[in-house]
Amino acid sequence: MNTPRFNYHGVWAIYQFEIARTLRTLLQSIATPVITTSLYFVVFGSAIGSRMSNIDGVPYGAFIVPGLMMLAVLTESISNSSFAIYLPKFTGTIYELLSAPVSPFEVVLAYVGAATTKSVVLGLLILATASMFVPLQILHPWWMLSFLVLTALSFCLFGFVIGIWANGWEQLQFIPMLVVTPLTFLGGTFYSISMLPPMWQKLALFNPVVYLISGFRWSFNGRADVAIEISLAFIAGFFLLCLAMVWWIFRSGYRLKA
Amino acid sequence: MSTVLDIRNVSKTYASGVSALQPINLAIEEGEIFALLGPNGAGKTTLISIICGIVTPTAGTVVAGGYDVQRDYRGARSLIGLVPQELATDAYETVWATVSYSRGLFGRAPDAGYIEKMLRALSLWDKRDARIRTLSGGMKRRVMIAKALSHEPRILFLDEPTAGVDVELRRDMWALVRELREQGVTIILTTHYIEEAEEMADRVGVINHGRLMLVEDKHTLMKKLGQKRLKLNLHQPLDSVPAALAAWRLTLEAEGHELHYLFDTRAEHSDVPALLRALDELGIAFKDLNTEQSSLEDIFVGLVSGERERVA
Repeated sequence: MNTPRFNYHGVWAIYQFEIARTLRTLLQSIATPVITTSLYFVVFGSAIGSRMSNIDGVPYGAFIVPGLMMLAVLTESISNSSFAIYLPKFTGTIYELLSAPVSPFEVVLAYVGAATTKSVVLGLLILATASMFVPLQILHPWWMLSFLVLTALSFCLFGFVIGIWANGWEQLQFIPMLVVTPLTFLGGTFYSISMLPPMWQKLALFNPVVYLISGFRWSFNGRADVAIEISLAFIAGFFLLCLAMVWWIFRSGYRLKA
Repeated sequence: MSTVLDIRNVSKTYASGVSALQPINLAIEEGEIFALLGPNGAGKTTLISIICGIVTPTAGTVVAGGYDVQRDYRGARSLIGLVPQELATDAYETVWATVSYSRGLFGRAPDAGYIEKMLRALSLWDKRDARIRTLSGGMKRRVMIAKALSHEPRILFLDEPTAGVDVELRRDMWALVRELREQGVTIILTTHYIEEAEEMADRVGVINHGRLMLVEDKHTLMKKLGQKRLKLNLHQPLDSVPAALAAWRLTLEAEGHELHYLFDTRAEHSDVPALLRALDELGIAFKDLNTEQSSLEDIFVGLVSGERERVA
């Protein structure tokens, strides 16, 4: 029997399995983030937003759309992807994955691919929801999509790393809850960095999420807190970092194999 | 017969410093049923996990069907099916979905006909659309077997297949194993139920404290190490074994009411008739007699306790 160099059936099986899991938990995985984001629009966009002045010439309601999309995509990417690989570790079904003729690259491709698919769909759903509340313009739709996909992909990879690292449910929640959510809220979801006092502006530049949201917002209205090239370099760098971590994990068998 | 699985100098020391396997050498022949026998913690699961790619060996190589399990893992793993000891299933998947998933994962194109045939053989067909969490423990075990067989492996590992399994499933499992063997599948099972090895295996390996103590054809093993015991229930109790019977290894049991004669099965046709004649001449009458063949269990207990004494 000759063995193929790429286990196409294996990758497809994992991808389908993960998408099926999402569809089975549609309420939790898609409806919840969409509803939550809609509530943000009602509160910040319509109720409070109507009393706020325009930011960079953009009505407040429309201004927060990119930030809210990023908020949802970042948190959901991490939690989806970390959960997807943590669950088999927790239930013991990981034995099958480890004993299957799939390469580390194929495993990551399938799991992270499925999680990324889900995050991108979620982001677009939030965008569609937002368009019902506020008039939207997207100056650079292809850049917008590229940012969305690259961010989702990077944070799904990051989530995958967390899922392998986590030895308990608490650890699984730790980074998303205590690191990513605060950084996202402080990263300019609801405001422009330029609205902060000078010292806080400088401090904000240490927050990686600022670069993501700034670049993403640029693709909508052409205005950014930091140069678009820096945003791009940042997200690409983060992507490569996560890739390196995953590569190391599989090479060393870290927390996967005894 | 050719070697389908070649284990060479495989050893494992865990990061904690626990040495689970001393260097193990073992060749499994194509189409045989091999039972790996040993007490809990002997290293059975570690050895299987190394072959299947779940545990990385500290040293040594394993070649399965011509593929090195580490270097050519794709080729090796495609040939191997594993039913682990622990019940680990996806609670919310259906039986059909989880088995189809396994087939795909192992690189095989979908084949609804094959999966149907297999689910029917495992009495799972009626449950194909049931979510796994709604199944009983025995049914879950069947699902795990179905997953392991989904990609038509040539080598099947059953790690403690009948631990905590009811009689019916155990019988089904044995029937299935025989059927698979007819199809040419090589089966390696671990067990600490001797009867299971005795019932099914062609060859038996005994493992204890991470060392493979012996590997032998089952019948040869039982013949070589097996002994028979002749028990005579006497009419009148004896105080001691008469001197005229000193030529036989006799003991008195049950306060002199039973005379036991222990003899090797290799000398089966030897001197039992002579003993009975001698008893007759001495006027020792008996009510009843029976013989017992020592089982694999006796052999095993003998080996393991022998080991314990050596270690002590």
